[in-house]
Amino acid sequence: MLRLIVQRLLLLIPLLVGLSILLFGWVRALPGGPVQAMLGERYTPEAAAEIEAQLGLDQPLPVQYGKYLLRLLQGDFGTSLQSGRPVLDEFLTRFPATIELTVVALIFAIGIGIPLGYVAARRAGSVVDHSAVVVSLIGVTVPVFFLAFILKYLFAVELGWFPTTGRQSATMVATHPTNFYVLDGLLTAEWDAAWDALVHLILPGIALGTIPLAIVARMTRAAVSEVQNADYVRTARAKGIKPARLRGDHILKNAMLPVVTTIGLQVGLLLSGAVLTETVFAFSGIGSFLADSVFNADYPVMQGFILMIAVVYALVNLIVDVSYGLIDPRLRRQQ
Amino acid sequence: MNDIADKNTAVPTPAEPATSASPPTDAPTEDVVLRVENMSVDFRTEGGAARAVANANLTVRRGQTVAIVGESGSGKTTLAMAVLGLLASNGSVADGHIWFKDEDLGKVSPQRMAQLRGTELGLVPQDPMTNLDPIMQIGRQVDEGLIDNGLRTRRDARARTVELLDEVGLPDARARAGQYPHEFSGGMRQRALIAMGLSGRPALLVADEPTSALDVTVQRGILDQLSALTEDLGTAVLLITHDLGLAAERADVVVVMYRGDIVEQGPARQVLTAPQHEYTKRLMAAAPSLASRRIEIARERGLEDVLDDALLAPGEETAAESDVLVSVKDVSKVFSIRGNSLFSRSRDFTAVDGVSLDIPRGSTVAVVGESGSGKSTLARMILDIEKPTTGTITFDGGLVGAGGHREQIAYRRRVQPVFQDPYSSLDPLYSVYRAIEEPLRAHSYGDPAARRARVEELADQVALSKGQLQRFPSELSGGQRQRVAIARALALSPELVVCDEAVSALDVVVQAQILQLLAGLQEELGLTYLFITHDLAVVRQIADRVLVMQEGRVVEEGTVDAVFDSPSTDYTRALLDAIPGKDLELAL
Repeated sequence: MLRLIVQRLLLLIPLLVGLSILLFGWVRALPGGPVQAMLGERYTPEAAAEIEAQLGLDQPLPVQYGKYLLRLLQGDFGTSLQSGRPVLDEFLTRFPATIELTVVALIFAIGIGIPLGYVAARRAGSVVDHSAVVVSLIGVTVPVFFLAFILKYLFAVELGWFPTTGRQSATMVATHPTNFYVLDGLLTAEWDAAWDALVHLILPGIALGTIPLAIVARMTRAAVSEVQNADYVRTARAKGIKPARLRGDHILKNAMLPVVTTIGLQVGLLLSGAVLTETVFAFSGIGSFLADSVFNADYPVMQGFILMIAVVYALVNLIVDVSYGLIDPRLRRQQ
Repeated sequence: MNDIADKNTAVPTPAEPATSASPPTDAPTEDVVLRVENMSVDFRTEGGAARAVANANLTVRRGQTVAIVGESGSGKTTLAMAVLGLLASNGSVADGHIWFKDEDLGKVSPQRMAQLRGTELGLVPQDPMTNLDPIMQIGRQVDEGLIDNGLRTRRDARARTVELLDEVGLPDARARAGQYPHEFSGGMRQRALIAMGLSGRPALLVADEPTSALDVTVQRGILDQLSALTEDLGTAVLLITHDLGLAAERADVVVVMYRGDIVEQGPARQVLTAPQHEYTKRLMAAAPSLASRRIEIARERGLEDVLDDALLAPGEETAAESDVLVSVKDVSKVFSIRGNSLFSRSRDFTAVDGVSLDIPRGSTVAVVGESGSGKSTLARMILDIEKPTTGTITFDGGLVGAGGHREQIAYRRRVQPVFQDPYSSLDPLYSVYRAIEEPLRAHSYGDPAARRARVEELADQVALSKGQLQRFPSELSGGQRQRVAIARALALSPELVVCDEAVSALDVVVQAQILQLLAGLQEELGLTYLFITHDLAVVRQIADRVLVMQEGRVVEEGTVDAVFDSPSTDYTRALLDAIPGKDLELAL
């Protein structure tokens, strides 16, 4: 197991080098280059030359790449053109928000998706089954921004049950040692702050979790349908074991194998930032910031964020693979 | 009550029609463990209720083994599952009674049924590969039955589990109990399943094709173990099998089922030596026995001249005279097995080790061996799917695998495979027509009209109707699918057909039909066959020469008659001994 983890971490290195070359080449292949993009309407040849010299853009490409890589290794992802703050700082302040949102969306998706899929499969053809199919179809077809707007209009604007935007109320004064607002509230015993942050997560969490919910429900239904008819389930029944053990240890556990993979892929996607949901709810995660940086031609942010999202994505996949091995002994390496 | 109870058991008078009841015997009724009375099982389908078992009557006594014999779809497994209350959710006992001791299992509550299973009723299922939970340790799978049935506490279940595993002949049971199914061989898994089936010391054990998925040598050991245990424990066994030989050897009473009906039953030897019902006779005729049946096949097809030749000059002659189509010279295949880690060194595994063989044109050569003997690797090298590590293979004088892509394509036209599993070797989304036409298209054979004519000709040769050409594989039976696979293989008029376990997945009756078809096509088209199989009985039916492989080497080679009549190695003798029902022939 440990060997698998080390191997996979080592494989990350060529992946990141390749990606950094791509990103490096991409910025330099832009029409007019990064300098023109940076200067925009203030562009003059003199100003361009000055910035080029300042940024080392007049040097040969391999030298530039080498310096870029060296800076990356030192944790220097450049400076945001929008805010003037280091890209790494921008990422680290916003990423906790994205993680919090992802966690809420996942709890929603898994907490409803797995039971729904399980019941649908166990009672195939029943009302629950048919409604599960309809719900999951709607879930995957409704555009996220539309769902987000509807939720916001209905539950925040009309009914007023939830706040409309942001991560916490404007009136809330709280300390944020970790930038995980809910966690911060709990750590500092500012219960009202924790509650306030949590309430802010509900609607965006539901909006973001709906597609994963639909996918998880469908995968669970398919997997349970298959597993409940497996020979070993019949054999287990022939042994006279208790129904609860049959459901838990044999059916659900085996059915979870494909579902875990699906959830893992979804986690990767969710952590990469939910541009639409974050935008609708003015939620300051990495998605909305990345979207802003595209509009503002903030290349250092784009470069840095994409690289860091790639690392996150690869790590999440590694965790999924490891957990898969924990559930399925066939995938554990034989020593 | 008594006369109904004993209606169908024991000592029938041979003069009576097979299906009729036999007079009750004086056996005491308290000996009766299971009595199925006029039981019918229905399945709800979209087209209404389908009757899978109709009016079944049978009795199983303490310590007795009763075999239910029939082909797949005959209702034999359904009957057994009805007894265990494990019918699929759309199935139910529609009629009659299942008396187990003094309870009617057709009427008791599901809770009571669950109580009986694992204590009074045991099951040894068919396929050891799919009947163990892949993600639970073997020991835990035995433990949970003991715990849930209140036989042991959580604390001392494992000790009992180790005893049980030890009892079924699992070596090093304590350590093995901590392993997962994928770490077990098929035979070991089956032993574990037997341990589970017997863990509650049931009065009745249902053994559903307990060894049909295993190699013959393993089969014998496991059946011996099962027989010894059930005898010691006085367990009554309801043995479900499609293998008449197995039934003859292991059962006291044989029950023959055909399309949901019990068509015949009686003491094993009597049913098998003097079958009364037409179907039993057919089943007997189709059962591959050690008597060579090639002549019989030829006779059935009315090929008298072939018959004469075969009778006049049995044995070597045809092979010696004719020219050699395939010549394999000292071929080895070494695979390198990847190490466990990125840096550990890979190990070499020799799958085929210095094998030489000649396949004369127009003959059938069989390669026999257990799984892992290297026989399939040999076939793959002859098909030019794998390259030999050393040695050469020549086909019709030319070196196989020597040319480029063009030569390889040309070679593919002349050599075609028929694979084992007709369920997975056909594309489910291709109609039969398209499946057969595919090789013709791939090798740019004629225009669409010419291809259609060729497909229809092929369908005719393998006895598929025109209507079946428009169907999809899921709408065909196993035998029909294998006909499609054969038609597809023959589409390009190959000279050599490599049959890799081509009939292993089929029931005996269908198996006989397919072998007959292959024998007929050989005469008609002058085909050469390489048969890869683990089934010696099949070899006897179809092959001229046979090679026995063990661990990559050829350990014995000769004409079929020579090898079968006087095997020269212990291994071949073991293989022959392991065929179920070898005694049957003596009885006939």
